[in-house]
Amino acid sequence: MSRRSLLRGAAIGAGAVTLPALLTACGGGPGGDGKTITLGSNASDPVPKKAFADAFTAYADQSDGRKVKVNTVDHNTFQENINRYLQGKPDDVFMWFAGNRMQFFAKKGLLHDISDNWQHYTGFSGALKDQSTGEDGKQYLTPYYYYPWAVFHRKSLFTERGYEVPTTLDEYVALARQMKKDKLDPIAFCDKDGWPAMGTFDYINMRTNGYEFHKSLMAGEEAWTDKRVREVFDTWRRLLPYCQPGANGRTWQEAATSLQKREAGMTVLGLPHPGAQFPKGEQADLDFFPFPAINPEHGQDAVEAPIDGFLLAKKSKNLKNKKTLESAKDLLKWLATGKAEDIYLKSDPNNIAVSEEADTSGYSAIQKKAVELVSGAKQISQFLDRDTRPDFSSTVMIPAIQKFISSPNDVDGLVNGIERQKKTIFASD
Amino acid sequence: MSFISGRRTGRRGSRRFTRRDLVVLGVLLGLPVLLDLAVVWGPTLASVVLSFTSWDGIGDIEWVGTRNYTDLFTNYPQFWPAARHNLLWLAFLGLVATPFGLLLAVLIDRGVRFSRFYQSTLYMPVVLSLAVVGFIAQLVFSRDQGALNAVLGDTDSPTDWLGDPDLNIWMILLAAAWRHTGYVMILYLAGLKAVDPSLKEAAAIDGASEAQTFFRVVFPTLRPVNVIVGVITVIESLRAFDIVYAVNHGRNGLELLSVLVTDNIIGEASRIGFGSAIAVVLLTVSLGFVVTYLVQELRGEKDR
Repeated sequence: MSRRSLLRGAAIGAGAVTLPALLTACGGGPGGDGKTITLGSNASDPVPKKAFADAFTAYADQSDGRKVKVNTVDHNTFQENINRYLQGKPDDVFMWFAGNRMQFFAKKGLLHDISDNWQHYTGFSGALKDQSTGEDGKQYLTPYYYYPWAVFHRKSLFTERGYEVPTTLDEYVALARQMKKDKLDPIAFCDKDGWPAMGTFDYINMRTNGYEFHKSLMAGEEAWTDKRVREVFDTWRRLLPYCQPGANGRTWQEAATSLQKREAGMTVLGLPHPGAQFPKGEQADLDFFPFPAINPEHGQDAVEAPIDGFLLAKKSKNLKNKKTLESAKDLLKWLATGKAEDIYLKSDPNNIAVSEEADTSGYSAIQKKAVELVSGAKQISQFLDRDTRPDFSSTVMIPAIQKFISSPNDVDGLVNGIERQKKTIFASD
Repeated sequence: MSFISGRRTGRRGSRRFTRRDLVVLGVLLGLPVLLDLAVVWGPTLASVVLSFTSWDGIGDIEWVGTRNYTDLFTNYPQFWPAARHNLLWLAFLGLVATPFGLLLAVLIDRGVRFSRFYQSTLYMPVVLSLAVVGFIAQLVFSRDQGALNAVLGDTDSPTDWLGDPDLNIWMILLAAAWRHTGYVMILYLAGLKAVDPSLKEAAAIDGASEAQTFFRVVFPTLRPVNVIVGVITVIESLRAFDIVYAVNHGRNGLELLSVLVTDNIIGEASRIGFGSAIAVVLLTVSLGFVVTYLVQELRGEKDR
């Protein structure tokens, strides 16, 4: 995150406040030739960037004269400016996430309703439709791929040392203890960017209290001072001695690298994170197991699997042109096919397709296992910061979890602080 | 003298400006004033007004009275650490980095060997932006791959210089001071060069020791430089932002008021009313320093 991108953000912000009024005064009506679709992309890393480029080229090739103009922005910057971006001069189509994060913008009237598109979509499960639906019951997102979170490890290390995959928390702790004896960091751990540790919180919470509790906790309906939440932090505290110390100073790239270098035995992350840190030749050695069960009542039912996809920006000027709107919807329709996902995944094998019609025969072993994990799940959650309000997750939960990691003993103070702030944030609206 | 009295008696004053002069004056004065109003006062007032509202940047603006401020003072765990860190920043730069810069300037001014070399080395960090200093700090202080832990050879339980909330602010202060010292040094060097050598000679003839000469004679003549350095130190401490943002977005022990403003306003969260309230607090603190400075300056002006 450089100062320049920040300044750019500030400039965009200032522009968003003042410019629209000026622009509408001198704008010349809806523009565009009806065939060019602009697309705001947050896929700034090289692997996904190329994979998306492949997909859009394939789209242009099969359509009669339509083409996609991609504007790529660094993903952190994209995320931080999304609010102003959508109000200012957004591209016609843009990349974003499913879940509450999408619903928030749908509620504010910044997204185009694409329910008519959804009538033609095939190969999407009901759960996918739910995640693409706003509070008003209309669909806004065209899902494209997703990736599960799990406990990742190296196959060879496990066979070499004779480690067994744990299925319960006790076995997990026992394995971690053994790894410590073997001079390994049992669990590679990072939270410098503020979000990676949320995955661990989510899993402990869903394994202890179930998916329904996760959902209502994220919706602000449960008290964070509840003893069920305290139990989550207590369990986490039990695991902390086996986690790499100094997590708040470590990025997920560094954590994944320590797994790759065999300094750490396991790590809780999403599929693309360690996937991107493993060199090509070692990718086959990457493996995972679902987060161990804690409460037998909930077993390993829930899987955290964030969905990324495409949406139409309501404020895009080009979309006022019927022809462009038609083109943009046509692009979404194409992206919703299994074939389109195949093209993407060929270049970025660290995700899995959402469509049942996608060709899974070319999947790597770990992708196949990921599909199995997700399709066997009783419930699918997005992720803490996608399942709750953005202002709550970024201004309250990030500092709270970092504080817990550096001083895990004051759970009471922690949950009281979260609850008090939650009340003010969820009350404002 | 006669010219002034002549002007006073003459009644040509109103005719001294032709219409064209007035237009030119109006444009030359008016434009900057308008720009100042639009670019400085407008946003400032807007922040003050918005700080009494709840707004997410999209929907309606709703009045909430002083609720943002009550929340801020009683219910925002990051606020007091941020305020403390800003003051610590000010104290550290003012009491450690600035005097150290002065010391270096005096040493180099006395003409130690290789003084040119020291001068340029110490000045080097000043040409870097604080964000870059932040990245350099990460290379040095990072727990797993940092240079410092490698030099210390501490691999069993390496110190987490940037991740430990009790420690990281000091590391960042060191990095910020690294840059600030060079800046201060160069200002004082310029000031010292301008001190009339005969003053020092006179002091020496009167039998003053080195220290006495410096504190009683040289230092007081540096007053204009002191004022500039003081102002720079205050400004640098209050607007400190880039370095912590580059390191870890100003979280986990590196909170600063400016970061909290950004977190709430620029980020995905968009709590614009709440963020504005923090900005107003920062504004009030800055005004405190600015007003004190102005009052002292004006008083000094009268004494002179």
